[in-house]
Amino acid sequence: MIVAAGEAISIRVTVNGEVRSVKVLSHHTLLDVLRIQLGLTGTKECCLQGECGACTVILNGRAVDACLVFAVEADEGEVLTIEGLASEGRLDPLQTAFLEKGAVQCGFCIPGMLLSAKYLLKTNPHPTREEVQHGLAGNLCRCAGYYRFIEGVLAVAEATP
Amino acid sequence: MKNGGLSGDAPLRVGGVERVTGTQRYAADLQFENVLHLKLVHLNCGHARIKSIDISDALKVAGVRGIVTTADLPQPVPRFGPTIMDWPLLAVNETKFFGEPVAVVAAETREEAQAGADAVKVDFEELPAVLSIDDALNPEMPLVREPELRPGDKFANTNIFKEWNLGHGNIEGAKSAFVLEHEYSFPMVTHFAIEPHVFIAAPDDDGVTIWSPNQHPFVLQKVVAATFKWPLSRVRIIAPDPGGGFGGKGWPLYEPLLTFLALKFKRPVRLLLTLEETFQNVRRASARAQVRSGFDNEGRLTFQEVSTDYLIGAYAAVAPRVVSKGCFVAGGPYICPRVKIRARAIMSHTTPSTAFRGFGTPQGSWGVESQLTEAAARLGIDPVEIRRRNLPKYREEFIPNTTPCDGNWHQVMDSAAEHIGWYAPLAKNRGRGMALGVKSSSTAASSQAMARLLFDGSVLILSGTSDMGQGARTVYTQLASHELGVANNRIRIVMGDTNVVPFDNSTSASRSTVFMGNAILSACSDLKSKFQQQLADELEISADEVVVEAGVVKIPGRNMTFAEALKLCLPTRGEIIGLGTYGNPPVEGHPLGAHPSFWEFNAVATELEVDPETGVVRLIKLVVVSDVGEALNPLQVEAQDEGSAIMGLGHSLMEHMVHDQHGRIVNLGALDYRIPTIKDIPLVLESVLIENGDGPGPMGSKGVGEGGLLSIAAAVGAAVNQAAGVSIRDLPLTAERIWRAIQEKRVNEKQSLPETVASR
Repeated sequence: MIVAAGEAISIRVTVNGEVRSVKVLSHHTLLDVLRIQLGLTGTKECCLQGECGACTVILNGRAVDACLVFAVEADEGEVLTIEGLASEGRLDPLQTAFLEKGAVQCGFCIPGMLLSAKYLLKTNPHPTREEVQHGLAGNLCRCAGYYRFIEGVLAVAEATP
Repeated sequence: MKNGGLSGDAPLRVGGVERVTGTQRYAADLQFENVLHLKLVHLNCGHARIKSIDISDALKVAGVRGIVTTADLPQPVPRFGPTIMDWPLLAVNETKFFGEPVAVVAAETREEAQAGADAVKVDFEELPAVLSIDDALNPEMPLVREPELRPGDKFANTNIFKEWNLGHGNIEGAKSAFVLEHEYSFPMVTHFAIEPHVFIAAPDDDGVTIWSPNQHPFVLQKVVAATFKWPLSRVRIIAPDPGGGFGGKGWPLYEPLLTFLALKFKRPVRLLLTLEETFQNVRRASARAQVRSGFDNEGRLTFQEVSTDYLIGAYAAVAPRVVSKGCFVAGGPYICPRVKIRARAIMSHTTPSTAFRGFGTPQGSWGVESQLTEAAARLGIDPVEIRRRNLPKYREEFIPNTTPCDGNWHQVMDSAAEHIGWYAPLAKNRGRGMALGVKSSSTAASSQAMARLLFDGSVLILSGTSDMGQGARTVYTQLASHELGVANNRIRIVMGDTNVVPFDNSTSASRSTVFMGNAILSACSDLKSKFQQQLADELEISADEVVVEAGVVKIPGRNMTFAEALKLCLPTRGEIIGLGTYGNPPVEGHPLGAHPSFWEFNAVATELEVDPETGVVRLIKLVVVSDVGEALNPLQVEAQDEGSAIMGLGHSLMEHMVHDQHGRIVNLGALDYRIPTIKDIPLVLESVLIENGDGPGPMGSKGVGEGGLLSIAAAVGAAVNQAAGVSIRDLPLTAERIWRAIQEKRVNEKQSLPETVASR
């Protein structure tokens, strides 16, 4: 598809199980769509360069920085954001583990951290400590709750058959 | 879970569920109708004279609704600041740091505002920039501040902003077995809260409402009101919970400018800084310290002379307070008969420095602690032992005429030694280091709280503290529940709206558990007394016959719930409101304005490994031990100390902002400016709490959360020294610096060997 600069493009994205249709410009990112157009502000904006991981979401089964994905690339895709992690009012085990381990301080990095952790456990249900560190290496936390993220992820893994 | 003697279990973080589900509303998540988005225009250099600004093209950009340059501001341009009002809303005549705005564009969308800013043409002449302490003290270099702005100031024709001289005893009379003297440098580092700074201002009748994720809403209110010479009542601050503050969100930045713009455009205005702009607007003062310390043959300090220059940047902001509080404890937590301290705040063409966790203390601790370790080596005694010989005991003075040692600091140190395995044999290329840190807490500053008992017996606590991750809401819920006997889930902590909550000085200096915690206990106690009296009046019985305790009201022959008792008072007396205040009185002539309410004292010990071929440091174990008085919520206290220590590993091992010759920060952003990631943490980290109930806060608590980073650099430096045999006195201890030092050492050793050996 070739579009002129400034021409609006219709995309259809399934976000947290709900089909959403929006019009975007070619330079808009998935982060723009989520935060601005869909009002899903749980996904956080920080560096806008794929360095901090605050905007991590799961797109078509892979953890991505939403700031590095053009909105048009998400067309016909499936996105899981932090708003969709708990299901039917029940927290995901990772969410519970983060709270119980005291991993949450200011909380700003937590949505991205949780989705990176979710992706890690999906692809590697029983990671080693080093694998958890590797899996979360793209998510910065300045409160530095790092040990507690590791403990939280390992606790969930341990409880998984 | 244990909770410092409070009734009930310590709850998990209040606001935690919101934070793990994405429903927590940070300031950037708030939606505003009819809002104008702003973009700052700045130059691609630090110091420049502005010749002219052409906004004609920018005004044609679609969506742009207006552009304000310095010429459009009231003249003389309003200036603001928490200590002195020296920071103009936009650059006046010249820019004084990289990122200082010369204009601001207002547009319907962020993209349009950016496009407008890109189209503003500024004609300027770049000028030599003062970027270092050496630059600033070089008489050939320009003055950062115009002398005419400093009438009567003896430093007006220099780049020295202010000088402090403190100490006791005469160092000239000291008799020492030996004297150590070295220079230590501390890097320029930035807070890097993951939540970038965002500001929103909207016209509100003849005043303004400002949304800012701010740590000190009442300071912000005062500064904005003072900037425009308004009464405080015209300025309303709403401070949503910050996504990390660390001091960087403490003091006003663009709120005064946005106030002017909101009134000019008669619309809400919003400015979201990029991460790069955040680097350009907040940082810690870098420093250079000359430390002379004398010792007797037993390792006791005979004198200390500490001269520290702090590079504070282009405007004062809160730096004078940072320097004065930092240098107050420049001698460290030690008894020393003769101490001479000189500190200078030095101006430069760099980002104005501000408060940052540790508040001026880590810069001094680095040298003093390193020198104690060196003295121990010289005397052949243990680094723990030399500290033991100089450390005060409980209630012993270490700085004359102010708060004495207020905890069992020897126990803190011994605990750190025990947990790190101080006396165990070391493997090859490994080293251990230990250092102690002390910081003054809050001085003359009050906190007030209100407790409202609503008609159904649920409770609102109104507090001006900001919950920026330290978990203030959680501890306050615990305290109110303990005092009133109301369940945690029936208590709500209301924060951050100056039109709603009573006065609080600030969320700083690790003061909020002690000051606001005490104020909340007192407000709840006041509520109970009023409840008792009002019910007695209503029932026409003696107040002695009414007992309010643990969620129950007892009158002769009857026990009632709070709700039942309130129902009796409701028609004539309304709800019950308690007010509580906690403050620390000013002390005339005290260098800090008052005695520190308590000392934040901490010991850090680490074991690490240095790869001699690369200089890379691998952290094996880190122990942080804090004198906390009493941990009201141990999980939160431990997590904060861990976080503080890891943050301190940043300035110890990797973080430093680098300027080019044009005054530009060349490592803006997370890749080029590395902060600790989950891969940089020690294999083992232990956060240990010493609880003796000896603090001024609720249940004997003290403030916590900064301790872990106060002295960590010196602990790491000592361990690197032991592991690799090199002494490096410039932070951060990057792999490159360590590698170079190892190479130099090898060359020197080779040269000093007898020729026959060296030539083999």
